[in-house]
Order: sequence, then C-alpha cells, then structure tokens
Amino acid sequence: MPKVTIDGHSIEVPDGTTILEAARKIGGKIVPPAMCYYSTLKTSGGYCRTCIVKVSKGSERDPRPMPKPVASCRTTVMDGMEVENITSPDLMEARAGVVEFLLINHPLDCPICDQAGECHLQDLSYEHGLSKSRYEFERRTFEKIDIGEKIKLHMTRCILCYRCVKVADQLCDGRVHGVINRGDVSEISTYIKNVVDNDFSGNMIDVCPVGALTDRTFRFKSRVWNVNPVDAHRDCKKCAGKVMLWQKGPEVFRVTGRKDTYGEVIDWICNECRFDKKQTSDWVIEGPSNIERTSVISQNHYTLPEPAHKPLLNDVKIVPDHYQIDNKK
Amino acid sequence: MQSLTNRSKVVVKKEMTWMEKIYLPAILGGLKITLKHFFRKKVTINYPEEKRDIAAVYRGLHVLKRDENGAERCTACGLCAVACPAEAITMIAAERKGGEEKLYREEKYASTYEINMLRCIFCGLCEEACPKEAIFLTDQLVPTFRDRADFIYGKDKLVEPKDAPVDISKRQTAEVKEFKTHKQYTHNKL
Repeated sequence: MPKVTIDGHSIEVPDGTTILEAARKIGGKIVPPAMCYYSTLKTSGGYCRTCIVKVSKGSERDPRPMPKPVASCRTTVMDGMEVENITSPDLMEARAGVVEFLLINHPLDCPICDQAGECHLQDLSYEHGLSKSRYEFERRTFEKIDIGEKIKLHMTRCILCYRCVKVADQLCDGRVHGVINRGDVSEISTYIKNVVDNDFSGNMIDVCPVGALTDRTFRFKSRVWNVNPVDAHRDCKKCAGKVMLWQKGPEVFRVTGRKDTYGEVIDWICNECRFDKKQTSDWVIEGPSNIERTSVISQNHYTLPEPAHKPLLNDVKIVPDHYQIDNKK
Repeated sequence: MQSLTNRSKVVVKKEMTWMEKIYLPAILGGLKITLKHFFRKKVTINYPEEKRDIAAVYRGLHVLKRDENGAERCTACGLCAVACPAEAITMIAAERKGGEEKLYREEKYASTYEINMLRCIFCGLCEEACPKEAIFLTDQLVPTFRDRADFIYGKDKLVEPKDAPVDISKRQTAEVKEFKTHKQYTHNKL
C-alpha cells in the first residue's frame, strides 16, 4: 500500500486512491476544498481546480517534485509521495487565484440568493477571495429558467462544475439537460423549458455547490439560518427516505438530503420526499441535525456544545485494574 | 467590621440639646439649600417644546431607505436580523413580480419587515450589517405609546416617504463613501 504524506501527516492508502481522498481519510484542515469533485459521482472532478495541491516529492522511486500544482481529485497517490496543501504559501496564493477566476462571472447577489449560508463558493471566497473584484468588464448574465417543475436554474450563478450533469447521467435514466455551447459561452440548459421530471432530479439541487439550481418550493421562503435542520425519515418505496427537514416551528420549509462533513449527500432522496412531503406528520423526526458550530446555520440554535475531548473507551481505563471485580469468582 | 468608606459615623443615642429640640436651625439649614437651587442653572428642559442638542452620530429610530429612483433598497437578506443582539427584527421575503421594478430594487424584497422597538437597544449593528445600505438609524426618538403592540414598527412606519427623504449622510462611514466613488461597484449590477 502506498504511503503518502500530506502536510506532514502520513497515511497508507490502497492503490489508485486520489490525493483528495487520502487527505479526507486524514481529515481536518488539510483537506483541500472541492467545488466540482463529488465522491459518490463517477468521473466528477477536474474542472474547478480549487483542490490543487503542491506535490513536493513525486514518489520514493522518482523524488522530483511535480512542476505545477496538480488537481488532487484526479491525481492518484504514489508510494512516498509528499504533498503540501495549507503549509505552502505559494499554493494558497495559487488557490486564491483560482477563486478569483471562479468569481469573475459570479454575481454578488448573496443577499438575494437562497444558497447563501450553505454555499461552498461563499465559504471559499471568504477564506481565499478578495473583498473586491478586479474584473472590469461586463459579466455574463442569463435569464432565469425553470428547468423542471420545481427546479429553478439561475445560470448566471453557475460555475460549470458539471455535478448536476453527472447526477442526471448516473442517477436518472434519460438525461435531458447538459452543457451546451463551448468556452466562455457554455451554459447548462435543457433547450426546452420544464422538461426535467425524473424522480431523482431534485438531487441536483443538493449537489449544486452554488445557488444556480434552487428549490422552487423554498424560493425566498426563508434564509437557511432561520430554519432549524432536523434529521427525519419516512418509509419511502423509491429512496432511503433519510432526509433533513428544515423547520420553523411545526412548519416544514424544505426537505434536503443529509450531508456529510464535506457537504456531500449521504443518501439520494426522491422528488416525492423532497417536494411533496411538507408536513411534519409525514416524517418520523430523529432529532436535531449535526451542524458545524462555525456555520451560520447554527446561529441562534441553543444546543449543547460537544465535549472538547471525547474519551475513547479503549484509551481510558475508567476503573483501575486493581479495582476490577472479577465476575468469575 | 472594616468600613467600606471613611465617611461612616458611629450612631450615638444621646439626649438632644434645647437647640436641637426646637428643630428650627435644621429647618432653616434645609431651606437654605432649597433657596440656593432656585438660582442655579436648571438641569431639566421643557421637552418637547425644547430639545437638547444630540450627537451627530446619535442612534435613534430606524429608517428603511429608498434608492434614487424611489425603489426600496431592502432585499430581505436577513443579515440585520442575524446581527441583532436583541432579536428585535423579523421579516418575510417575497419575489418581485414583473412591473414592480419601480417599487423594489432587487428581485427579492421584504413583504413584511418588523422591528420591535421595546426589544431594540439601538446599537446600530443592523445598519452595520446591511449590505444594501437600506437600514439606517436616525436622530428621531421612539415616541411613547399606551399599547405594547404599537411599539412593533412595520414597513408603514419604517420605510421613508417618497416625498420626504430622510438624510442619513452623517451616518455613512468613510469606507462607504470611498466605495461609492467607484462606479463599477454599483449595487444592482448582477
């Protein structure tokens, strides 16, 4: 098994693992951000370049560094590889450049956008971006269209990550939307309005890292930090039925899939669960969802903080050895 | 017990003298203090006929500004509500319909916007949080009411009248004024 060192943390991973996946196995701050890569979608990644890392040592056999920063979501690890992410100031500057490019055509309409508060591009630009844009030309703008009955496409905000296309390809049978045109005029489109009607098409709202695809049933209803996320499930014939309900009081404002630490949906949910089951009585509520304390969504949620140190049972002996009662006697 | 100040006196219960028993010197001493106050400068004013000078950056009643064309600037982003330490602000957003461009500047607007003036502590954080230069604090005071419900100010009281714009130039920071000199950073550009 190849051994890779990322920012000084070593880990052994199976052959063919990407640097990004290896970093996620280590976890913490050293994990490169990803805007287009989605671990559960095949062939995703390689478009946005936010996950670039510096490979300072190629491998044990060939220790030369790689000449340019590489996309960690597409580069597989080699034995003895040494990777620098947050420890390299050059790389952080390069990533800030990538973020600036992503923001060139992105509108500054976070106060209006429904994704604000859970937007990955917002987090990324907060960490790396400049507060002002240096771009002086006209930004490209598009008309807002309804690509499905309950999905709104605001193409102006799109960063062309292709995640929604992969969802349509791999989850739904018969993809009806895709990227048309090329270069800087390329856009997500369906040619015909209101045609996306597959049962799992709603998942493209969840995978969208920005506010380009939004839920029409939740459009401008509430800011995400004003609704409480709770884990809930129901017996659904089509999907796993494990969702997050976004409630205000007893009212369900929207339903989304549950997401992991990296903002990726754990179980895909069907459109019936997402758009039609908006009653608390439809669901079995498990409890409040685990939201990072640094997130604005945890604003005004008065839950107890997790203990700073969770003692593992294997590590800590609760009862000293000589006090152990031997039940056999 | 150790005293906290050195002004404390031990109470002694002794028989009063004749002079003390007639109380006249003590009464005259009190009247002298009262008379002295007649000729002092008054500490009160006849509000509301007279008004005291207030600081240039006084934080009073809120105003929701309109832009140059008379459209409401507020886009119901909720940042003022989340910044509010007293949780005094609530709002409901709505989508702008076609033909309402002259009423609301952005595609989303606040259909209801309420500030509970009994909760508000006039800290000005809402003004600081606002990305659209929509909410400002003015030099007006909140009047008194007999009913608690009257203190919940809705859009009817908060939005400035079209014909009588409220001057907020004193409350604009130097950074904002500098920002406004750059034409390419206009608010409504998508």
